[in-house]
Amino acid sequence: MATREISYRDAIREALFEEMRRDPDVFMIGEDIARFGGSMKVTEGLLAEFGERRVIDTPIAEEGFVGIGVGAALTGLRPVIEVMFNDFILLAMDQIINQAAKARYMFGGKAKVPLVIRPHAGAGRGMAAQHSQCLHMLFVHIPGLIVVAPSTPYDAKGLMKSAIRCDDPVLFFENKLLYSTKGPVPEEDYTIPLGVADVKRPGRDVLIIATSRMNVFALGAAQALAKEGIEAEVIDPRTLKPLDLPTILGSLRRIKRVVIVDEGSRTGGFTAEIAARIMDEGFDFLDAPIQRVAAEDAPIPYCRTLETEAIPQERDIIAAVKRLL
Amino acid sequence: MEDRTAGLTPPQLLEMYRKMCVIRRFDEEAAALSRKNLIHGVVHSYIGEEAAAVGMCAALQPTDYITSTHRGHGHCLAKGGDPQRMMAEILGRVTGYCKGKGGSMHIADLDLGILGANGIVGGGFGIATGAAFTSRYRNDGRVAVCFFGDGALHQGVFYECANMAALWKLPIIYLCEYNGFAEFTHSAANFPIADLTTRAAPFGFPAVIVDGNDVLAVYRAARDAVQRARQGDGPTLLFGITYRIEGHYVGDPLTYRTKEEVVPWQGRDPLTRFRGFLQEQGLLPESAGQQIEAEVSTQIQEAIDFAMASPEPGLSELTSDVYATTYPR
Repeated sequence: MATREISYRDAIREALFEEMRRDPDVFMIGEDIARFGGSMKVTEGLLAEFGERRVIDTPIAEEGFVGIGVGAALTGLRPVIEVMFNDFILLAMDQIINQAAKARYMFGGKAKVPLVIRPHAGAGRGMAAQHSQCLHMLFVHIPGLIVVAPSTPYDAKGLMKSAIRCDDPVLFFENKLLYSTKGPVPEEDYTIPLGVADVKRPGRDVLIIATSRMNVFALGAAQALAKEGIEAEVIDPRTLKPLDLPTILGSLRRIKRVVIVDEGSRTGGFTAEIAARIMDEGFDFLDAPIQRVAAEDAPIPYCRTLETEAIPQERDIIAAVKRLL
Repeated sequence: MEDRTAGLTPPQLLEMYRKMCVIRRFDEEAAALSRKNLIHGVVHSYIGEEAAAVGMCAALQPTDYITSTHRGHGHCLAKGGDPQRMMAEILGRVTGYCKGKGGSMHIADLDLGILGANGIVGGGFGIATGAAFTSRYRNDGRVAVCFFGDGALHQGVFYECANMAALWKLPIIYLCEYNGFAEFTHSAANFPIADLTTRAAPFGFPAVIVDGNDVLAVYRAARDAVQRARQGDGPTLLFGITYRIEGHYVGDPLTYRTKEEVVPWQGRDPLTRFRGFLQEQGLLPESAGQQIEAEVSTQIQEAIDFAMASPEPGLSELTSDVYATTYPR
């Protein structure tokens, strides 16, 4: 299999191109995605190949164009909706939570809502409180939604292709600091199933479960710990909902110590949910208290020093591991 | 004659009258069941507004789309909904449109283009505009109708959707039933400018105001709007001026309005008026009218009997239909 190194951004773009070529019902809609190529340049080139009918610039009206996407999906199309910063998705919550997530159930199983919403999340660019949040947990809470948050180019491409082919509404959280990161991606067509975690690094001493960009930090922390003779196993859930608990419990049964890392804020966050699921179903595997590493319960501040402090860093993960050993 | 009946044939006119009777009878019976505490949830009565749904849907093809509202029984019946499956749904039975999992506010029949009643005021704007988008994307000639009440006209999503529908000339009709009330508040209290047509003005598509209790007036405006949409000329905002004879919901204490203000509207009852018109045209002799009403009564009683005889959904239905796909873990 031929493999090359490409960026997370290019990997997502390839998935969009391939799925739009494969299925004429797939279209892209959002702000500045066509002529400008997307605020993060993910959709560059799509307009030239697929034209204005399938690559659609919208006014700045998140509730409107997400709502139109829901209606289009209910009537048989497969919209891929870019909402730029995940902070802006809050303007479209009724469409996602009251309409898209519930239509199938409310209508007794007759409807399907095959849409993908592509927000990007994350702090680290000095964008302050309304452009830096990690809001995936709001959607993990909602029955009927699928929530995906890839950490590598390989996962991003394979999961995007599955998300577009999925008959349920998918929130696909990209991370703005991952777009330029590179990794191996096969030339050949492939998909990654939704709802399956991935062991990114095998280890024996401690299990680190980390999402999205935090998984990159976890792998960095694991490398540093290895120099001290501590072997961390690192899992990326990849799909946050539905959660692949069996993979997590499979590692925990063996390793017995766990650190959970997520860039969302701590209270009611994704780390809390994983911890609770482990307490429900894996308490007997634990030899030590669960360690959580999450963002401070504060809005993301502007100043670089404060911003860095607000979200988990490698050193925080290392410190959490050391509390366990 | 041609003009007075809007080009509709006698069988079409009688079918419209029958539909109005079905809606009236259905909601009278649903209200009665609610008062007897036989309905678990809430019932929003469409009584007095039947001309809007029937006039609009008479201008549609079976393949066209509608979205409906929490006050949605009339829209669903007008678009061809089956009273038995609707009544079963309202009574929470597995034979209902949504297996008893949606209830009155979520009745949907995608095969009939009914993209759902909606529990959110203004919840249909995005869905209907999206359906119109699909129609244009596929160039299949379908139109979408978004039914909503005047209360929904204050939701921001209307303006977002109307803007895009105008930009892209989507085949959609926004049909506002101006029924006098936004839940428990008089409609007029919410409009800083009384001229309703201003609500479409920023987008450059027409707004048309008709007597919403005159089914043929609604039909004429609907037909023109549908034609405009199918031709690719874009949206229309239609207002049917009508009146919510009942409260916001069955059991509403109605403390916010006087009995006197209802009286003139009772004199403008859309069924009485259409029956009178059909009699005047020699299309509905007294005996034929009585026969239609008797048949409708039987039909609705059969719907109730069907629903009452149906079982509730099994407990496994609690967690089925959450997702279309089965995920690996």
